[in-house]
Amino acid sequence: MIERTLDPKTAKLVDDMLQGNARALARLITIVEEDGEDAHLVLGQLGPTGRAHRIGITGPPGAGKSTLVNRLTSCARQNGLRVGVICADPSSPFTGGAVLGDRVRMTEHSMDEGVHIRSMSTRGSLGGLPTTVHGVIELMDASGKDVILVETVGVGQMELDVMASVDTVVVALVPEAGDDVQAMKAGLMEIADVFVVNKADRPGAESLLVGIRSMLDLVCHGDGWRIPVLATQAENNIGVEDLYQQIWEHRRFGLESGSFEERRAHQRHDEFTAALQKMVTHQFMQTVAADPQLAACVTRMNAGEISPYEAASEVFRTVSQKLR
Amino acid sequence: MAVGQKTIRVVIGKVGCDIHERGALILARAFRDAGMEVIYLGRYQTAEAVAKTAVDEDASVIALSDHTGSMRYIAKETVDALKKFGGSDIPVIAGGLIPKKDLPYLEKLGVTGNYGPGTPLETVVNHIREVTEIDWPKGEVPG
Ligand SMILES: Nc1nc2c(ncn2[C@@H]2O[C@H](COP(=O)(O)OP(=O)(O)OP(=O)(O)O)[C@@H](O)[C@H]2O)c(=O)[nH]1
Ligand SMILES: [Mg+2]
Repeated sequence: MIERTLDPKTAKLVDDMLQGNARALARLITIVEEDGEDAHLVLGQLGPTGRAHRIGITGPPGAGKSTLVNRLTSCARQNGLRVGVICADPSSPFTGGAVLGDRVRMTEHSMDEGVHIRSMSTRGSLGGLPTTVHGVIELMDASGKDVILVETVGVGQMELDVMASVDTVVVALVPEAGDDVQAMKAGLMEIADVFVVNKADRPGAESLLVGIRSMLDLVCHGDGWRIPVLATQAENNIGVEDLYQQIWEHRRFGLESGSFEERRAHQRHDEFTAALQKMVTHQFMQTVAADPQLAACVTRMNAGEISPYEAASEVFRTVSQKLR
Repeated sequence: MAVGQKTIRVVIGKVGCDIHERGALILARAFRDAGMEVIYLGRYQTAEAVAKTAVDEDASVIALSDHTGSMRYIAKETVDALKKFGGSDIPVIAGGLIPKKDLPYLEKLGVTGNYGPGTPLETVVNHIREVTEIDWPKGEVPG
């Protein structure tokens, strides 16, 4: 088996990042985003992480997610906390390119050394966040951020992915989306820890609030957390302080009830499984490529002479014997 | 995209009181269609904010756009700010309404492209591909 370690320069980047160097953090995020072998090696060098509270903001396109993130960042900064922001926009399915525009709403923080904003494209992932987001969160956490805000792509349908990466999920809706609430019900219930009706200055906000509250009366989070439903006007900075407080309330509740740790445990396990899968696949494919007989087996499978399952079993049997 | 191929990340900067956003938006779309990731900041930025953003976002290149005739000052401030934030290896290209007499100065600063109105988008895209091919050794954090 090939044992690889980080080259000295990347290892130095990790050291610099752990000291809080922004450039080093930015470069490492790119490495993790590229998702190659180095990404694993880097993430394996971070030491203990998990100190930062991770907050996801999701909701339909144009709901005011970026504006909320901007305001929440201000709240955290006023409390002396260091903030990492990850904002995702979709990649073009045709070219892979992307216009990442969430930062436009956050320019007031661009000169603040205590805030690191990273725009990410989903790079083909359909879940509202890039598949590498967990690693990027880990990096920001390791670099000393106290709070990490993750903005998903504006999704029409509620995405469950964000739950897999954060401690508190804020679902932002707007009065215009009122009619969709019924349709989104199932998904909404599952992922929201805090509901926000943003653009509460618009007509229809009140009835949306009532609608969500009555829907919530019918369900109960397994852990006993009562999901708050708040009205905000992110644009006018109204109601955001209350949202900020509710997020910390959710954290406190989770720490006491144990649901915080339970969720983290799930997330760690999923990451572990994903990492292991990647490593095993990588190792197996390398072995296949180096073995003429197995390579021929794959060629025959490609040609349709044997089934993918037969080929996989054959490869699995032979390679695991070799590795023994 | 091919495995191992790097994604080019472009920060588009409009500094100062230039109200012309259309050109920058057209560029943003052209870069996206060329497979690049474009970090768009909107109008009325400071050169320092553009530079720090480029560092934080690990941009491969900064594209400055200006239609007020002030590129000379904007470019200088951006290059200086990049040094300050440890990003002096990030190439800077420019376009817009650039006074002819400023071209030698900009070239000397290391700011390239310096395109005028009507430049084919393809020319700009190709130029970005060229300047970002100067691949810095991985892991280096130049001062
Ligand atoms: N009337 C009103 N407009 C708001 C409010 N909050 C945000 N907006 C506006 O809504 C628009 C969209 O805001 P963003 O923060 O970009 O929304 P977003 O959810 O991040 O959008 P995507 O990332 O594109 O999905 C902007 O024009 C904001 O100024 C609010 O409380 N009231
Ligand atoms: Mg947004």
